Amino acid sequence: MTKKGARTEDTTFSELRSVTKTQLIWRAFKRHQLGIIGGIILILLYGFAFFAEFIAPYSSDLQVRGKAFHPPTRLHFFDEEGNFILQPFVYHYELVDRVFKVYRPDRTIKYPLRFFVRGEKYKFLGLIPSDIHLFGTKAPGHIFLLGTDKFGRDIFTRLLFGARISLSVGLVGILVSFSMGALIGGIAGYYGGVVDNLLMRVAEMIMAFPGFYLLLALRALLPTALPSTTVYLLIVFILSFIGWPGFARVIRGMFLSLREQEFSLAAKALGSTDLRIILRHILPNTMSFIIVAATLSVPAYILGESALSFLGLGIQEPQASWGNMLAAAMNTRVLASFPWILVPGFFIFITILAFNFLGDALRDALEPRMRTSRQTFTG
Amino acid sequence: MLRYVVRRFLHMIPLLIGISFISFFIIQLAPGDFLTQQALNPQVSAERIAQERARFGLDQPIYLQYLIWLKNILHLDFGYSFAYRLPVFTLIKSRLYNTFILSLSAMIFTWVLSIPLGILSAVKQYSWLDKLISVFAFLGLAIPNFFFALLLLYMAMKTGWFPVGGMYSINYESLSLGGKIWDRIYYLILPTIVLGTAGMAGLVRQMRGNLLDYLKADFIITARAKGLSERVVILKHAVRNAVNPLITLFGFALPGLLSGAALTEIVMSWPGLGRLMLEAVLKMDLYLVMGSLIMGALLLILGNLVADLLLAWVDPRIRYD
Repeated sequence: MTKKGARTEDTTFSELRSVTKTQLIWRAFKRHQLGIIGGIILILLYGFAFFAEFIAPYSSDLQVRGKAFHPPTRLHFFDEEGNFILQPFVYHYELVDRVFKVYRPDRTIKYPLRFFVRGEKYKFLGLIPSDIHLFGTKAPGHIFLLGTDKFGRDIFTRLLFGARISLSVGLVGILVSFSMGALIGGIAGYYGGVVDNLLMRVAEMIMAFPGFYLLLALRALLPTALPSTTVYLLIVFILSFIGWPGFARVIRGMFLSLREQEFSLAAKALGSTDLRIILRHILPNTMSFIIVAATLSVPAYILGESALSFLGLGIQEPQASWGNMLAAAMNTRVLASFPWILVPGFFIFITILAFNFLGDALRDALEPRMRTSRQTFTG
Repeated sequence: MLRYVVRRFLHMIPLLIGISFISFFIIQLAPGDFLTQQALNPQVSAERIAQERARFGLDQPIYLQYLIWLKNILHLDFGYSFAYRLPVFTLIKSRLYNTFILSLSAMIFTWVLSIPLGILSAVKQYSWLDKLISVFAFLGLAIPNFFFALLLLYMAMKTGWFPVGGMYSINYESLSLGGKIWDRIYYLILPTIVLGTAGMAGLVRQMRGNLLDYLKADFIITARAKGLSERVVILKHAVRNAVNPLITLFGFALPGLLSGAALTEIVMSWPGLGRLMLEAVLKMDLYLVMGSLIMGALLLILGNLVADLLLAWVDPRIRYD
């Protein structure tokens, strides 16, 4: 544990060269290019998810008739003569085979790509009404950047709306399970004795189950068809229930050693209450660990949600989640003919990679000696 | 050593009781009892329900129900699966074997690849090879199992190099012995790759880190000073020491391996325990859910036991008493 030894009083000696702890951490963090890249990717992804209604050209459940399994529309920057044009355009796609859903671009009909177009009405975040979309084409043209699914819904649009669910589950899940873990681990570590013994045995028992099996068993308790909000909360709860023990154990260990440190004993001698010692003296010392461990654990929650939704036990249609968008790929014939339905998987992959990069960089900056054990529900 | 083994076994008993307790009460949380769902099923006769109800004492108070259930489990009676019309234990037994095969083959894949890669990474620290290895390890860590499985299935369909899911060919029975073995391996390749890559990242990094620590040790300097060849110094002196701590990692990797195996099985149509568990959940076959849950936990505990015993056996520095 790093102690806050050098305080601001020292700076009078060397005003010019002094650096604060934050600056030191930032310096160490900046050395990790991958960590910075990961951070930028995450800001972009969460930003896209936040502005989903505006960035998406359509609404998440708009089914375009006769456009099922439409391939990704290519943006063309060159016309037939090979001249570059600043405003890219898309071709109209003709359905040539109704059974196997084969489309062919019709080179005689062009629709230019336009920005800030008026389209479907929406309420941004359910509050601000608007009908302006970042990009689109003039009707009857369509632009499907990543193709469509079997109902003719735009995959790019659903990806953005799905991101809201899939990306937020990670953060909310971490918040819940880390609060639980910190509380339980803290109580066990601070009070020790019988309480500690009991709580840790319970934690060990939960950890004795393979995560995915426990996930499925807990999900089996309730019917598959539930309203989306209920399922969302249920998933968060289940993932947190499985996730807290590993974290509680580490926090317990830290509390055990921190409560014996001089500053805790001094606080106790001065008559501080237990709560004050925990909140003011012990918890702040576990903060850097918590931040690093949380960052590295987010992927497990994102994976847990997407795996459940993928299996049809999580977020239900028509609500989009990255997991349930992939469910169509379980049908091998569909997978072979329309590979673009795999796109959400790439996004899960990129998100997890970004969290890992960021977490590694944070660890080197905050907790250089920490050895991480990553928790996983799904491997 | 014997005392350690016995003590390690004794330690398992409270854990096993706890696991049975948790499993039982999780299922108790479900609305109705084990048979409510089945009682609605017109294909299951009322007598059959009444018979099962009596066998598991479902009209008794809850703590008695638990004890009866525990007693039945100890007699390997996990209840009856109404969806499959088979005793749960019979079902689990066949699936458990398949999961075991898959996990084992994935584990061999992981270790056989990770250790040499870790050694290479450490010996050529900071070279482009080292960086390449860690990039690949990172990618393997980050790619979700089920997505990787889908990608490989897509590749298999496009190229025709590998079977698209399943465990053996349709004409498996008519193959010669050699053909049968090859057939099984052929069908194991893709699931093994999916499952095996997930665990590689941690192992490669750990191996690299351990070896780097040992390469700075005094006895390595001594070995070099004696004029031993670099090959002997690294393989005989450094690697042997660096491999030991990895055995603990073997225990840590198990839960991920089992959970990962479940998803891989589901996507790649591998008839294992995880797939059975999913089917049970979808069909609300509670006895089967509970049986699979306990078996999963049991597998994990046994795996950890093996890891601990292996560590005690390999590393003489661990005291047994």
